Amino acid sequence: MSDVALDSAFTAQESAAIRGDFAILSRTVRGGKPLVYLDSGATSQKPRQMLDAERVFYEQHNAAVHRGAHQLAEEATDAYESARETVARFIGAAPQEVVFTKNATEALNLVAYTFSNAAAAGAMDGVDPALAARFALGVGDEIVVTEMEHHSNLVPWQELARRTGATLRWIGLTDEGRLDLADLDTVITDRTKVVAFVHVSNVLGTINPVATIVDRAREVGALTVLDACQSVPHLAVDVVDLGVDFVAFSGHKMFGPLGIGVLWGRYDLLKAMPPFLTGGSMIEEVRMEATTYADPPQRFEAGVPMAAQAVGLAAACDYLTALGMARVSAHEHVLTEALLAGLAQRPWVRVIGPLDGKDRSGVVAFVVDGIHPHDVGQILDDAGVAVRVGHHCAAPLHRRMSVTATTRASFAAYNTVAEVDALLTALDRVPVVFGTVV
Amino acid sequence: MDLYQEIILEHSKRPLHAGLREPFNAQVHHVNPTCGDEVTLRVQVSGEGPSAAIADVSYDATGCSISTAATSVLADEVIGHNVKEALTSFAAMRKMLTSKGADPGDEDEIGDGVAFAGVSKYPARVKCALLGWMAFTDALTQAGVDISAIAASSSAPSAPTNDIASNDIASNAMEDS
Repeated sequence: MSDVALDSAFTAQESAAIRGDFAILSRTVRGGKPLVYLDSGATSQKPRQMLDAERVFYEQHNAAVHRGAHQLAEEATDAYESARETVARFIGAAPQEVVFTKNATEALNLVAYTFSNAAAAGAMDGVDPALAARFALGVGDEIVVTEMEHHSNLVPWQELARRTGATLRWIGLTDEGRLDLADLDTVITDRTKVVAFVHVSNVLGTINPVATIVDRAREVGALTVLDACQSVPHLAVDVVDLGVDFVAFSGHKMFGPLGIGVLWGRYDLLKAMPPFLTGGSMIEEVRMEATTYADPPQRFEAGVPMAAQAVGLAAACDYLTALGMARVSAHEHVLTEALLAGLAQRPWVRVIGPLDGKDRSGVVAFVVDGIHPHDVGQILDDAGVAVRVGHHCAAPLHRRMSVTATTRASFAAYNTVAEVDALLTALDRVPVVFGTVV
Repeated sequence: MDLYQEIILEHSKRPLHAGLREPFNAQVHHVNPTCGDEVTLRVQVSGEGPSAAIADVSYDATGCSISTAATSVLADEVIGHNVKEALTSFAAMRKMLTSKGADPGDEDEIGDGVAFAGVSKYPARVKCALLGWMAFTDALTQAGVDISAIAASSSAPSAPTNDIASNDIASNAMEDS
């Protein structure tokens, strides 16, 4: 992939090579139609390189990580910790700040539970009182989220508010589908202890101004938690540059395996935090009376870890790095612009989210006049085009945008402009089938 | 594709017996958590036991063509019939919808419901077609009608993956993801 600008879309030849790495993309669906997979926002497909890495781990090195002194145990532990280093490098982090979790949802819950677990007697013993105070949450304190959150970055905070008596507040949206920051200073105040928000909306595609929110959160001393599920797979993300305190993302949306997610956190914070899930692996010394805990990241990785998935995720990071994240972004941007332009030519379609490509990622949700998204998705599926329909785990967002559900196309590096055309062609059948356009 | 039969499109555009009416013995609200579809449904039953008459079924629904049409067909099938006949229709409808395409449906038992035979080939849409029916049977229960015989008899033999009728929709508690 030489002789091409670092921020240009993939050439036809490069696209063909990338697609060749994803075996599933050459299968057919619904009676012999080529698969047009436009649902990577839900989960991405997997390159052979990632699958090979997992297979090699199981066939050559499989053992329980951080246990035993035999050769395989050493190799498995080395593979797992090397994977942590690769993932850390991919997001500009130090390895000891990367915690492997089951998924992004667990990573977000880990942080949310820290606040209520910190309130238990003795939980913050030995922690600098000023640092411990940042995790103290109770009546009169406030948790801030946004109205565009995925349920996984909303419900854990609602539950935390319920457990602690704190109040949940949120940043609203503009009609265009961007954060309404006009009253940022009245939503994030001295009472705010934590601000949890999404980097890129999984429905609107909006890329949020992280720095603006972080600046305000820092002014009031609130911790910040970023849901990066839809950004890490598609944009170059450097967690230190972002300035947030915690970042959560999933492996399966970035060409990695199912069953693994990542929580990144600043080490001084992780070090101060009480454990979330407890058991083996995360301990230092265990007596019948009491237990002391390992340092992060092990403190947050109870049980035999998902080593094969970590190895697979590292291979996925390597794959994306080889493609070049700037080129991945540029390529997906071309697809997004093509889709937005195509939809704009169809007056019976309304895009839910920013209408232009500025500060916008490759997630495009829309509604078709008079036709339910399930019916739209069904017609697209009949043409081999896989999209997501429903509220995409963001019901309050849909309510805010005055729709019950949407049809969503989402891109990854392996998609092509021809697939955008396939979607648009299939979409044109929708009003014909339902007789809404004559 | 054989999913969108003309009769389904017709029912979805002009749903029969739509709107909420009085009097009613029970009102329920059911949602399909996957897509946000909702139905508020009322039943008016007169009499006791299996021969009690279903005097009215009225509803306010937001949903896809499949769920809207299915609720329309349901209302048209059961209004004016007795509880036993309505539950027989429900059992036949559910059997067909969970058959993965094997059961074409019996027009004598479910009338226009046979148009939904194609739905059974699309497991993700079976919930849509059953939304109104689940609301209806729940409303009957709330109205004091015993539907246990039919609920127990028809779910057991169907394919295990499709035993959604008694769980997903009725509980109102499942999340999309």
